Amino acid sequence: MARAVTPTHRLIATTAAWTVALVIFFPVLWMILTSFKTEPSAVASPPQLFSADWTTENYVEVWSRSDYPRFFWNSVVISLGSTLLGLAIAIPAAWSMAFVPGKRTKDLLMWMLSTKMMPAVGVLIPMYLLFQRLGLYDTKLGLVLALMLINLPIIVWMLYTYFKEIPGEILEAARMDGASLWNEVLYVLTPMAVPGIASTLLLNVILAWNEAFWTITLTTTKAAPLSAFIASFSAPQGLFYAKLSAASTMAIAPILILGWFSQKQLVRGLTFGAVK
Amino acid sequence: MSTHSTRLAGRLMVAPSVAVLFLWMIVPLAMTFYFSFRLYRLLSPDRTGWVGFTNYKWFLNAPDFWLAIANTLALVLGVLLITVVLGVLVALLLDQPVKGQGPLRILVIAPFFVMPPVAASIWENLFMHPQNGLLAAAARGLGYDPILYLEQYPMSSVIFITAWEWLPFATLILLTAMQSLSSEQLEAAEMDGAGAFARFQYIVLPHLTRAITVVILIETIFLLGIFGEIFTTTQGGPGSASTTLPYMIYKQALVSKDIGRAAAGGIIAVILANIVAFFLMRGIGKNLDA
Repeated sequence: MARAVTPTHRLIATTAAWTVALVIFFPVLWMILTSFKTEPSAVASPPQLFSADWTTENYVEVWSRSDYPRFFWNSVVISLGSTLLGLAIAIPAAWSMAFVPGKRTKDLLMWMLSTKMMPAVGVLIPMYLLFQRLGLYDTKLGLVLALMLINLPIIVWMLYTYFKEIPGEILEAARMDGASLWNEVLYVLTPMAVPGIASTLLLNVILAWNEAFWTITLTTTKAAPLSAFIASFSAPQGLFYAKLSAASTMAIAPILILGWFSQKQLVRGLTFGAVK
Repeated sequence: MSTHSTRLAGRLMVAPSVAVLFLWMIVPLAMTFYFSFRLYRLLSPDRTGWVGFTNYKWFLNAPDFWLAIANTLALVLGVLLITVVLGVLVALLLDQPVKGQGPLRILVIAPFFVMPPVAASIWENLFMHPQNGLLAAAARGLGYDPILYLEQYPMSSVIFITAWEWLPFATLILLTAMQSLSSEQLEAAEMDGAGAFARFQYIVLPHLTRAITVVILIETIFLLGIFGEIFTTTQGGPGSASTTLPYMIYKQALVSKDIGRAAAGGIIAVILANIVAFFLMRGIGKNLDA
């Protein structure tokens, strides 16, 4: 704001804002700090913010001893796979709805979003039985398909709101200049569509990575991603606080970093362009 | 531009999305509907047959059912209330001339990216644990007995954890909306002698209405399906104290292995969700430009 700001106002506001932000962030910070403690200092009483016997041992141990790398890899494959498959199906749909809208386009978009409101438990049993029958239970392919389906409406919506902002006149201009359809798509539309597709990709990888209903109900161990793995040792058996914290920190680190990069697109993307 | 052939091409391009979503909606739902009228227990697979509305009657008369409905409503409404009110306050604070806007946003948005099982596990083990949790240590330090959060106040604890996850979302959206408010309007009001509260009530809040509506609509879609937080912390207990409708159905299906009853519960959940969705979609139709 361009209004005159007194130094006191700035100081008070800054202090208050940083205090509130640190309180909100504190649980994550505490988890990261705990992950670098030894097991005894992790549960020391009174609690220590930093411990003298700082160690990276927990990370080494979690990564080498358990099946952790496999869970991690499953998360990568499932979140990336489901998003890419979703994009492949959604891009043409969003494209045509944005550029060749029909009378029913709006209804169709609404209907797609309404499928997202169907409670997952309503179809849990058939999914469970179908997956068992089709050999998809506890497989990465099964989860790729399931997560693609639950995120498809969001992918279509996000792409649609991005594509709609590409001015249609630019196509006509290109056509007047004698561009062929192929050149039009390749040189005019694609460069304008890439940023929207990229942020849709990013946000949906985040959503898929953090999904914790189908990953818990449709896997046991073989295809379980990190969300199912962490949920299963919530009452730390064998793996204690410091190791639990290290495993959790590694589980959220990639998404935290991706998320911080994407926070500008986050608001736009998740409100489907209603708030920019 | 929309000649006959482009319109046909357009339909073909939309078809795959519509087809998979349609199958995804219809096939499992039809199966759930079918199972809901059958006797089907995975533990005694030989005894099967049509049972009419028995499963529905059992589900609606189960002592947990109304509790589960109440818990589901408490979860959705509680989280919405906390995140919208605190979200407005935090956004107002971040909208002030503060140093370090960028890093501040990064700290505030972080909980949103934490996957539900991890968020639940942080709170359960590192904070709410009666022996080793930080809150217990704080209570002891002040001379009080530690509170057994997840045993004594399971539903409030789940609401709290979920609100912590969704507060960043609300804050970020409301902050973005606030920053699009022109400062001239506020300056003019200030010169005319409007105090901070008057400016908030008559200028900022009306400007935020649309953003608040969008926050409510989108959070509700996600909050109705909350599962990981309960699964990780209380498993719906103690007893059924923190069992929501989704969790109750999950327990019937995968713990009691009673497919028929769980399917009846699923159909009930779908009907209730449709009632909520009817109002939500109207709101979305008004607020998102399709």
